[in-house]
Amino acid sequence: MVADNNAPAQAQQTLLRLRGVGKAFGPVHALSGIDLDVPEGQVTALVGDNGAGKSTLIKTVAGIWEPTEGEITWRGKPVHFRSPKDATDVGIATVYQDLALADNLDIVQNMLLGHEALKFGMLDEISMEKTARKTLSDMRVTTVRNIRQPVGSLSGGQRQAVAVAKAVMLDAKLVVMDEPTAALGVSQTEMVLNIIKNLAERGISVLVISHNLTDVFQVADRLAVLYLGRLVSSGPISNYDTSSAVHWMTTGVAPGAAEHGRAVDTGTPEPARPEGF
Amino acid sequence: MANLKQPDDIAATSPDASVDLLATSVGDYTRIWGRRIRSGESGALPVIVGLVAIVVFFWVKSPSFMTPRNLVNLMTQSAFIITLGMAEIFVLLLGDIDLAAGYTAACGAVVALWMLALGDPWWAAVLASLAACAAYGALQGIITARLGLPSFVVTLAGQLGLSGLLLFLIDQTGSIGVGGVISLHNDVINAIEGSQLSGSATWIVMIIIAALGAAAIFFGDFRRRSAGLVAPPLSITGLKMIAIIAACLIVAFVADLNRGRLVVIEGMPWAVLVVLAILVLWTLLLGRTKFGRYVYAIGGNAEAARRAGVNVTMIRTVAFTLCSLTAGLTGIIYASYLGSISTNVNGGQNVLNAVAAAVIGGTSLFGGRGKMLHAVLGGLVVGVIYNGLELLGLSASAQLMWTALVLLAAVVVDRVTRRGQVAR
Repeated sequence: MVADNNAPAQAQQTLLRLRGVGKAFGPVHALSGIDLDVPEGQVTALVGDNGAGKSTLIKTVAGIWEPTEGEITWRGKPVHFRSPKDATDVGIATVYQDLALADNLDIVQNMLLGHEALKFGMLDEISMEKTARKTLSDMRVTTVRNIRQPVGSLSGGQRQAVAVAKAVMLDAKLVVMDEPTAALGVSQTEMVLNIIKNLAERGISVLVISHNLTDVFQVADRLAVLYLGRLVSSGPISNYDTSSAVHWMTTGVAPGAAEHGRAVDTGTPEPARPEGF
Repeated sequence: MANLKQPDDIAATSPDASVDLLATSVGDYTRIWGRRIRSGESGALPVIVGLVAIVVFFWVKSPSFMTPRNLVNLMTQSAFIITLGMAEIFVLLLGDIDLAAGYTAACGAVVALWMLALGDPWWAAVLASLAACAAYGALQGIITARLGLPSFVVTLAGQLGLSGLLLFLIDQTGSIGVGGVISLHNDVINAIEGSQLSGSATWIVMIIIAALGAAAIFFGDFRRRSAGLVAPPLSITGLKMIAIIAACLIVAFVADLNRGRLVVIEGMPWAVLVVLAILVLWTLLLGRTKFGRYVYAIGGNAEAARRAGVNVTMIRTVAFTLCSLTAGLTGIIYASYLGSISTNVNGGQNVLNAVAAAVIGGTSLFGGRGKMLHAVLGGLVVGVIYNGLELLGLSASAQLMWTALVLLAAVVVDRVTRRGQVAR
């Protein structure tokens, strides 16, 4: 079922590994038999059509839902995430689509929310502002002119940047991002993609969910395709092109293979369904 | 936003650019400030302008308004609206409301005055009263936060229940509360509203407060600037310092004028000091502690606070507790102002005046935005309206309707200016 052509070579640096992970809500199997490797310092894109189980999968990784079957290992050691805190503690930071920012607080206050620095029992604004500024400059976020402006006044891309910075600041080894470029304009998308690339360059792994294959092919090192709760294909991005990825996403089988696994003449590959189907 | 891209325009990249970073001169500062006001970050400016306008109006209309006697009256009259407004701000910041605070204050006052009548020392009476109010606030907070009930309904029940409890308690005092009135016969508590510092003590205290306030502003900004962080320009730091010094000296000057008719009466009412002390304490709590930061965060986005590891239930419970505790302080000030506490206390109207004061001052009813100072400014507006209309000989009906109009105006100003805020 799983066509991971690269698994043995990556074994040494695999940060997060899922083996046979499944999640059932009563009789409904949202996920079953997921085998996924997230290597260190790489961008892994998780794609799939609506209802494929992408959100369920990242919520399992983030510790919101416990898997009903299978095994998760973190740097080779089995882990059991019973709460989001368990996942955060090992170094998995999740940036949800709603970003979880308080619009009335400024950038520094948002980034350090829950992790405020104290001095004599009072908030140490100066050290917090320095920390926030350093994190943002490490991420090469340059469009934010004033880190003391309320987050409500920022653009979509800047808000995404603040949310990622907040996650990274907690010493994350893996940043999980849910549709980071949805609802962003062209230049804002560019900025967020640069942030993702920058994280990977600094050795922080990224697991990103996206609908937008153009974005995925710009930043991802690896691709994993979900189809109806199963991981049908994964591997280095170079193994795919847009049409084959779309084919996997929409049919759950390899291009050139007929649906339900019936073999066809490889010389006349089945035409991929149009993008955005 | 694409059509805004003038390279020299600071606001092109961030339309709501905060004043503090980008401006380097006063001109820049005021320009950006203007933009900020239009985008809803107006701060205390509208209410100060409004307060000045109302004061000028009554000054022109009534010869007895701008007299030392009346101005000091105003300070003592406004004190309990201000402190009750500060109580409400704790919960308003969460996006909640406490409709019971007026009767919490009244019941707390009954506890204190009852104990005083039984011969307990004043500090024991005050502590017991505050403890009772805080415990009640904790109960309201637990019900609201833990069960996830709307605070409006929980505290409405509280208002009804406590107005009954007020009648019950005064009835239980027997011979102490004859005719539904418990008189206050304690020099210390009476002195809050009924007595004042000497003239020279007034000047000394206000000069010390002015110096401390100015120094705090200066060193705060100085440290930020020397650390190379976002800081306002020197001229603005200077203006802020001048404002605080001027405010203190004006209060001292007014209070030091002779306002007696037969004998010389001068000096600042103790109530002003009590209000200032509560203001400073609660401002530090909200602005400089984790608790305060979490209150704002919950008011802004409770889910974000929860995910950041903030114990939302606990913080909300503590905020309700502090609200009721401050209401307890209000009860003592109120009893000192009236010289007694009775079954006639209109806790329902007091609490609505207090909420009005907070909102007029600039605190949002929707949570996340507000400062303790807003209760002081808004409380003064409400106090001036009541005081001025009474001097003009207008009845209670007119006072209520004018206050209603001002409150409505404040909310409209808030909404209209905020409509200018950037849409995402």
